Amino acid sequence: MKRQLPLLIISVCGVFMVFQYFVPHETSEFLYEFIALDWPPIIGIFALTLGIISLVRVSFTKIRKRSPDWQFSIVTLLGLIAMIVAGLPWFGGQKSSAVQWQYQNIMKPITATIFSLLSFFIASAAYRAFRARSVLASILLISAVIVMIRFFPLGPLTGAVTWMADWVLNVPNLAAKRAIIIGIGLGIISTAMKVILGVERSYMGRD
Amino acid sequence: MALWDKMFAIDRRWVYLALGLSVLISLKIPFSIPVPVSKEARNIYNFVDTLKAGDAVHLAIDYDPSTLAELHPMTLSILKQCFEKKIKVVITALHQNGPGMAAEAIDTAVARHLARTGEKKINGVDYVFLGYKPYPSLIILGMGQNYRIPFPTDYYNVPLDSLPMMKKIQNYNNVKAILNISGTSATDYWITYGNGRYRVPLAIGVTGVMATDYYPYWQTGQIFGILGGLKGAAEYETLVGTPGKAVDGMKVQMVAHLIIIVFILVGNIGYFAERKRRGQETL
Repeated sequence: MKRQLPLLIISVCGVFMVFQYFVPHETSEFLYEFIALDWPPIIGIFALTLGIISLVRVSFTKIRKRSPDWQFSIVTLLGLIAMIVAGLPWFGGQKSSAVQWQYQNIMKPITATIFSLLSFFIASAAYRAFRARSVLASILLISAVIVMIRFFPLGPLTGAVTWMADWVLNVPNLAAKRAIIIGIGLGIISTAMKVILGVERSYMGRD
Repeated sequence: MALWDKMFAIDRRWVYLALGLSVLISLKIPFSIPVPVSKEARNIYNFVDTLKAGDAVHLAIDYDPSTLAELHPMTLSILKQCFEKKIKVVITALHQNGPGMAAEAIDTAVARHLARTGEKKINGVDYVFLGYKPYPSLIILGMGQNYRIPFPTDYYNVPLDSLPMMKKIQNYNNVKAILNISGTSATDYWITYGNGRYRVPLAIGVTGVMATDYYPYWQTGQIFGILGGLKGAAEYETLVGTPGKAVDGMKVQMVAHLIIIVFILVGNIGYFAERKRRGQETL
């Protein structure tokens, strides 16, 4: 029973979602509204609670043991507490000025900065990786340069370069992407079928 | 160490320095580069341009501050066009860090429109900001049935039924298109569920690194337009006639690309010289 009940719930929910997608009947929509829209957020709240407890435990352990970079765990915990406290209803909730201040002055610059740093790593990686070591590597190198120089004002060459860049994006890139998308789609279908039919059970753990 | 060896193995800190300096210098020097408009961007502009006053579109702002530089100009340009054409806009933010970005974009677009035309755009009349709810796939499906299912109230806790604009808008049947500006996988959900399930016309604005992933959908007609990265944003700014941060950023991007190409060339010259030298030593 300990294994059969979760399998049954998963199976019923999976089959329901498949049918619901293709059946736009009122009953189907009502059930969707009742099951799909209400239950996942409830489960999500429990998952979030577990996540926060886990984060706090891991951070406390790192601080207590003085593990490498333990100071960052203090910042993590302070950030967590500051954001939660600022978002409490007594302080104005999620749209309070304290939450907005933290969002605008801490989170926004930090996330934008982290993403901006990516350009430096890309430049360094491009310098190291784009070497014409073989025919395939040369094709990759030429494609990359064509796609990059399409931004340049090249006078009479602009049209030709734009055409070549569009060709790279719309023909070889598209063929590869389409193959990947179809492969992923088939993989999703087969995994979903295995989960619904109870063949795939690893998500339940070993017990 | 020979010159070729140095070219072959430049310390990455020199690469960082060169890139950083080139970006800073190009930001300070006033010059501009032409921005040719692609068919993908023009399609979106033409679609919105042919809508009548009073028509509605859904603008899904699904990004956080990390992709601000590329995506915010797209949002502002689209809002400008919609406001000028008196098109109603239903706005959602299905990224947990997105509502702040969306609220800021709306405030900026409203303020700019007021300064430009003297006309004040009002929440609930000209646009509605529904805010954020978790689980984008479920929310997209839910809105397809009725916006009121996932969003009984808007971002400011006003019931949707009390908003004049929402009286005629129940679900995707009442919007002409969904314009998704995204730095996340939410775009996949909009394609799968918004377009796939409810057949609502969809156009997307995504980051430069994401853009190539969506060309297959563009070719099949599942999306009617793509704004790809800063270039897409600059194209739309050009189309709406307000060159801004994206157009200005194109010169910086061009110089950064030029520096990367120079380093690639230097690396390859060093590589071939090294290979030639080794070949001679073997002989």
